[in-house]
Amino acid sequence: MLGFIARRCGLALPSLFGLLVVTFVLVRIVPHDSAAAMAGDAATPEQIAKLTKEAGLDRPIIEQFVIYVGKVARFDFGESAFSRRSVASDIKERLPATLTLTFCALAISITVGIPLGVFAALRHNEWPDYVLRIVSVLGVAVAAFWFAIMLQLLFSMQLGWLPLRGELSATMSRPERVTGFLMLDSVIAGRWDALGDALHHIILPALTLSLGGLASIVRFTRAGVLDTLQNDFVSYGRAMGYRRSRLVWRYVLRNSVTATITQIGLLFGGLIAGGVVVESIYDYPGIGSYTVQAILTGDNQVMLAVTLMVGVVYAAVNILTDLVHGLVDPRLLDKP
Amino acid sequence: MSLILRKLTRDVPAVIGLTIVIIVLIIAILGPLLAPYPGDVAASHLTRRLKPPSWAYPFGTDNLGRDILSRVIMGARGALMVAMTVVSIAMAIGIPLGLIAGYRGGWLSEVIMRVTDAVLAIPQLVLALALAQLLTPSLESAMLALSLTYWPFFTRIVFAETRRLTSSLFVDALRGIGAGTARIVFLHILPNAASPIIVRATIGLGFTILVAAVLGFLGMGATPPAPDWGLSIAESRTYLPAAWWYATFPGLAILLTVMGFNLLGDGLRDLVDPRLRRSR
Repeated sequence: MLGFIARRCGLALPSLFGLLVVTFVLVRIVPHDSAAAMAGDAATPEQIAKLTKEAGLDRPIIEQFVIYVGKVARFDFGESAFSRRSVASDIKERLPATLTLTFCALAISITVGIPLGVFAALRHNEWPDYVLRIVSVLGVAVAAFWFAIMLQLLFSMQLGWLPLRGELSATMSRPERVTGFLMLDSVIAGRWDALGDALHHIILPALTLSLGGLASIVRFTRAGVLDTLQNDFVSYGRAMGYRRSRLVWRYVLRNSVTATITQIGLLFGGLIAGGVVVESIYDYPGIGSYTVQAILTGDNQVMLAVTLMVGVVYAAVNILTDLVHGLVDPRLLDKP
Repeated sequence: MSLILRKLTRDVPAVIGLTIVIIVLIIAILGPLLAPYPGDVAASHLTRRLKPPSWAYPFGTDNLGRDILSRVIMGARGALMVAMTVVSIAMAIGIPLGLIAGYRGGWLSEVIMRVTDAVLAIPQLVLALALAQLLTPSLESAMLALSLTYWPFFTRIVFAETRRLTSSLFVDALRGIGAGTARIVFLHILPNAASPIIVRATIGLGFTILVAAVLGFLGMGATPPAPDWGLSIAESRTYLPAAWWYATFPGLAILLTVMGFNLLGDGLRDLVDPRLRRSR
């Protein structure tokens, strides 16, 4: 098991190195002189030269790359050109909100998606299957930002059931910061009103974000179950008089979810990207809205840090996915 | 060819997809002839601002009194043009790289595939946004950013196909009769890898329309007064909830178009991939 983890992490290293190169190249292709941009419009050539030296922009490109990697390893992403705060601490402050949102969205996608997928497979080529197939294509094809606006229009503006934006009502005081996770902090502080309010606020964003994932989980579960149902052990189980529900949910599902698990891992990247749009529409104070803010203000330091972070999270999730695979299907652990 | 067509027409979702794609193509080509008020792309009529849907304006009018139906129709051309350009550039970069990496092997292949993996490790939207911003926001930068982030998908597919085909008997035979590398790769391997490429490109067209709409929505793509669908939805947000039609119809246009390409792509994939055909 440990060997498997080590091997898998080793496989991720070249990709992480590539990620560093890609982000480094991204910064270097900035068409304008970044030292001049930092110094401002009224800077003298001497000042620019000084800044160039300070930022190490006059050194050989390889050396610059090594310095860059060193800084990244120390989580030193510089400061935001916009807020003048450290990018690393900004990210640390906003990460819990994004993680909570992503987790809720994923939970919705999985708990709704897998049963629907199984259902579609069991009703293969009957009308529930057709309806679910069309709906799942719709789920992938819908523009998240538009769907978010439509949900706001219906549930917040017309019906007034759910809040329009933010993670907490303006009138609600924030519980004391312990973990940084708003809901967890509410529980620790015993602030049930704040917890309820936070839950109220997360429904629409989580629903919007879960849509794309929901659709692909339905599709992959359906395909997996259909494949597994053709196995001999299913006929055998039936002949032995197993109840259909026990056969499907205990044995068939376990043998068909490997593809779905891979898909859930892949979804993570999509969820982070989706969060960029969804968070900014619902004004949810996470990494996504931070990214959009950085993009609109041209805050390159922030953009770089976020891009890098997303890449690393993605790699980590891929490793985790393989581990879960191993737990579901122990045979995979022995394969190189 | 006729066999493929006959099989495709038996698949109901794929036929729906094909129909949508053809309709969108016709709308894009004949846009100015079909739109009731083709001048409304740029013109403004302040006397009829934010009118709800009616016979004269089936989709209502926007904040400058422009007919939304006309603007949705005129927007189809832009959306398809962006998608086709992006996918073509991505193919032009991704396919040769995949062929080289798959056929040559060795360190060059390693380098190409590691870069491909690294680019694929970042969600396309995030990378495209960062690139578009660094290139200074405009429609051209958005298109370039989307192309530069979509090519790895083609490289991956072509690489896998090329690797598979390179070890096949007919390539050995070709080498044996003295065919040159370029001849083998472009005249024999590439046509054999065509079907997965076509499937990827079809789905890619829909996907690109979606991501381009996000870029337009965030103000990183088309600029006013272009009748861009994403941009229209962004502009409509100030006028909600009163002018619900302003946000609704451009979004429906995106939904239908992307759905058309996805359904068609799925249908094509089932056709060319026999392993998947069994499970439906």
